[in-house]
Amino acid sequence: MRMAATACALAMLLATLPVETQRVPQRIVSLVPSVTEMLFAIGAGPRIVAVSSFDHFPADVDRLPRVGALVDPDIEKILSLRPDLVINYGSQNDLTAKLARANVLTFTYRHGSLGDITATLRELGRRVGLAAKAERVAAGIERDLDGIRTRVKSEARPKALLVIGREPRSLRALNVSGGRGFLHDLLDLAGGTNIFGDVNRESLLVSTETILARAPDVILELHYTEAPSRTLVDQERAAWSILSAVPAVRNGRVELLFGEELVLPGPRVVLTATAFARALHPSLMAR
Amino acid sequence: MPDVRRRLIGWTLLLGSVALAAAAGAPLIGTTRINLSRAFDTTLPWADNVDAQIFFIARLPRVLAAALVGASLAAAGVVFQALLRNPLATPFTLGVSAGAALGAVLAISLKLQLMLWGVSAVTGASFAGSLGAVGIVYALARARHSGFSTNVLLLAGVTLNSFFSALILFVQYIADPAETVQTLRWLMGDLGVAGYGPILAALPLTLVAFVAFAWLPRAMNLLSLGTDAAASRGVNVVRTQQVAFFSASLVTGAAVSLGGPIGFIGIIVPHLVRLLVGADHRIVLPAAALLGAAFLIACDVLARLVMAPVELPVGIITAIIGGPFFLWLLVRQR
Repeated sequence: MRMAATACALAMLLATLPVETQRVPQRIVSLVPSVTEMLFAIGAGPRIVAVSSFDHFPADVDRLPRVGALVDPDIEKILSLRPDLVINYGSQNDLTAKLARANVLTFTYRHGSLGDITATLRELGRRVGLAAKAERVAAGIERDLDGIRTRVKSEARPKALLVIGREPRSLRALNVSGGRGFLHDLLDLAGGTNIFGDVNRESLLVSTETILARAPDVILELHYTEAPSRTLVDQERAAWSILSAVPAVRNGRVELLFGEELVLPGPRVVLTATAFARALHPSLMAR
Repeated sequence: MPDVRRRLIGWTLLLGSVALAAAAGAPLIGTTRINLSRAFDTTLPWADNVDAQIFFIARLPRVLAAALVGASLAAAGVVFQALLRNPLATPFTLGVSAGAALGAVLAISLKLQLMLWGVSAVTGASFAGSLGAVGIVYALARARHSGFSTNVLLLAGVTLNSFFSALILFVQYIADPAETVQTLRWLMGDLGVAGYGPILAALPLTLVAFVAFAWLPRAMNLLSLGTDAAASRGVNVVRTQQVAFFSASLVTGAAVSLGGPIGFIGIIVPHLVRLLVGADHRIVLPAAALLGAAFLIACDVLARLVMAPVELPVGIITAIIGGPFFLWLLVRQR
């Protein structure tokens, strides 16, 4: 039994090894929007044959077929497109195993820190035979991020609260960034001190009491939608007015930021970093 | 009669003191140390009085919401157990909370941003969902014959529960993953109301239901002997069942739209109260309301403290305490 399993594993290894080293993927399926963006950024966009149901960027993805996403990948549809590389999430163990049985290579992605974004770009470049271009893109992103870090270096670091979700028009179910993950890293880079940086989690639910006690100077609130009318934005901001003892509320430093790129750990992180820096250091960034 | 009155007063005083002590003590407990004299100092400007805002905005509304929801769910549990003559009935048995949950999940997934009378779209939609469920179950129970069949009520409610739960899963499945955190949060129960608006919205409905409850206990005592026995003693059975069904459903809908579907209170508290005070609904109903309030206030304090600064959903606490406790009750009662 064990002999057979070993032989089977060996055979699979042998089957994949030459593919790994020789062939450059020409038909890529991406189930991860941030990686789709990376592929386009390094010039592999034309090789993508399908994307996830949550892909909206760049506009080129509009003409591509959709094959599900994190919880509902359509394995039949994926295989029917004869891909030679599928990009999927680390939690999709079942899909990874099925694709391995079908002899399809996978590139398994997990969310991580800010540094992981450029590391993923470089890794992806190696996998699709565009290492030099990926290196240029990654180095460019790192240079831009360093530029922002340098600009805010001499400024005082305001205490900041980064809100990633709450019930509309109220302060219920406040979901905020903890001290882990790319959003926390971006906040740190943009010259803010995360008031929940001591909590070793990507996100956590908090009460208004904790926010009153930790007294942020600035509140950044991320909305993954297009910016609505000014009236609606003002109404959403007004939800905070009940906590006037919070310095950010008292001093009118509740900043609502709009756009799906804010929560995508992809090549557009520089935009997010710039938006954070502008919200945290308005006078500096305006110059 | 005087004996019942004496016991009623005794238990009400005792459990009322427990509930009051919980309500008075809970706002003093939290993750932050606050200066009470500053919190109550009216000479200080409210706008930058952190102690006052922690006490009056972050804590007190939660305690009041916990009291209201706890009392409502425990009393509704008593009424539903009497109405369905089934000790395992809960306020959620007839699909009221599943209807509310479906409304809330739809509002979250569709990103509804309306605001009416200080109530957010999620709260409003969940109440509308609970009313929808009540209407469907009632229509089905009436459709069979002119009376009011509790058997049909039970079957319709259980079926509706499953059906709505499937719809909730479907909505979650097609919704944006970013909303999943919010829906899960809602489904776990949450008393962090952050203001008095939602409480004031739930209060009138709750009061109306409790006025109706006051009329029920004697009839419920007779109904526990069976509908025929109750009818022969002059109880208007159908009318009693209708009042019980609507008032308990209304109060459950209001409670769930305020705090989410917080489980176990509607079943543990009534059973615990019966162990303490016996089976007379004239004492069981007010005692359950008072104990339910005290219990949920205490659970919410734990929810705020256990993993601070991370908030634990209060529904997890009630289930963790309630589940084993209820099993112990079951074994003990054999």
